[in-house]
Amino acid sequence: MLNVGKIEEGFVLDHIEAGKSLSIYHHLQLDKLDCTVAIIKNARSNKMGKKDILKVECDIDTLDLDVLAFIDHNITVNVIKDGEIVDKKELTLPKEIKNIIKCKNPRCITSIEQELPHIFVLADEEKEIYRCKYCEERASESTYSW
Amino acid sequence: MRHLMNPLDFTVEELDRLFDLADDIAADPAKYAHACAGKKLATCFYEPSTRTRLSFEAAMLNLGGSVLGFSDAASSSASKGESVSDTIRIISCYADICAMRHPKEGAPMVAASRSGIPVINAGDGGHQHPTQTLTDLLTIRALKGRLSDFTIGLCGDLKFGRTVHSLIAALIRYPGIRFVFISPPELKVPDYITDQLREKGIAYEEVIRLEDSIADLDLLYMTRVQRERFFNEEDYVRLKDFYILNNEKMALAKEDMLVLHPLPRVNEISVEVDDDPRAVYFKQAQYGVYVRMALILTLLEITV
Repeated sequence: MLNVGKIEEGFVLDHIEAGKSLSIYHHLQLDKLDCTVAIIKNARSNKMGKKDILKVECDIDTLDLDVLAFIDHNITVNVIKDGEIVDKKELTLPKEIKNIIKCKNPRCITSIEQELPHIFVLADEEKEIYRCKYCEERASESTYSW
Repeated sequence: MRHLMNPLDFTVEELDRLFDLADDIAADPAKYAHACAGKKLATCFYEPSTRTRLSFEAAMLNLGGSVLGFSDAASSSASKGESVSDTIRIISCYADICAMRHPKEGAPMVAASRSGIPVINAGDGGHQHPTQTLTDLLTIRALKGRLSDFTIGLCGDLKFGRTVHSLIAALIRYPGIRFVFISPPELKVPDYITDQLREKGIAYEEVIRLEDSIADLDLLYMTRVQRERFFNEEDYVRLKDFYILNNEKMALAKEDMLVLHPLPRVNEISVEVDDDPRAVYFKQAQYGVYVRMALILTLLEITV
């Protein structure tokens, strides 16, 4: 078993569906941060069989993690301070997600104006329904791409 | 500064004020003949829609204002690849208010976000056409005297028809409305709408034949089966002749039932019905001008 050391301050994102850690790395824009990041793929998990884990050593206010709730509800976020877990962060669905997914509606203005940001707005929190800000197409696997 | 993107942008109270103003304009057009003197309306139509464009232009001219604009994308700078955001910034320097029709959904919203002048969505693809909905509501209010407590039948293409979807969304804000959806199974009203009606406890039924339900209706809203909403010609030809309203069906209806239609009509209402006093679809076009006049005044914050 591979061993990755403790972090002093930051986050441990646990229970990531195996294979998804790299896309989360990009969605959280971790590539733009000058901090230590450990990407652990296919770790053994009693609950999931195998899972991915991300360890990010950074100031805990640096990252906006709400987008994780949209990507995968099952991810658990452990907040680390002084090497210890001090909090398990509750993920809430973001009101708006920008440039995470792209609207695929061929009739949407974003299909011809490439420079427009792809924005989806939380239309129904209870049912977890997002709609494209422009054409109001409901976000489902068939109507957006990553 | 306000824009109009969606018929629900205005609250019920704001709509009441808008319709009161439209009523006043209808009662005394001369009073408003110079209300917009010196103001210019830009009609930016990226796809042809003669009726809507002329209605906007007539509205502005009736108010003593002027109009400029283009009537298809080929004669605009969009043909050179200019973005909607850039175009509206330029138009903002030329005009005081803009009505925009665009084949892409959300284009007027993009324009509004960059605009220095009020933008009215004059139709964006299959998405929204708020001034049609305002026209429908004003027509109902003016001719029925109320926007509540009636049974309305919506007939024809209920799947792709944006006017129908917008009208339903607008009407559910009023009490006592019952809906009857009359369409072939292929063109049924989308599930998200019936889900919403069930959640809100609003009565509706879905029927296949117009004859079976026409006697119950206080209002009948007919729609065209639009060729451009179909992916293939075969489906269009097969479905377009369903649900034709004629005098025989009108004989089954109440004496005070009104027939509305967003127009243009193709063959879903036979011309013999035009002389029936219950057929109000041509009056609807007149109310469309009044409501656009009221809207222009409201968005320009002009009081008379």
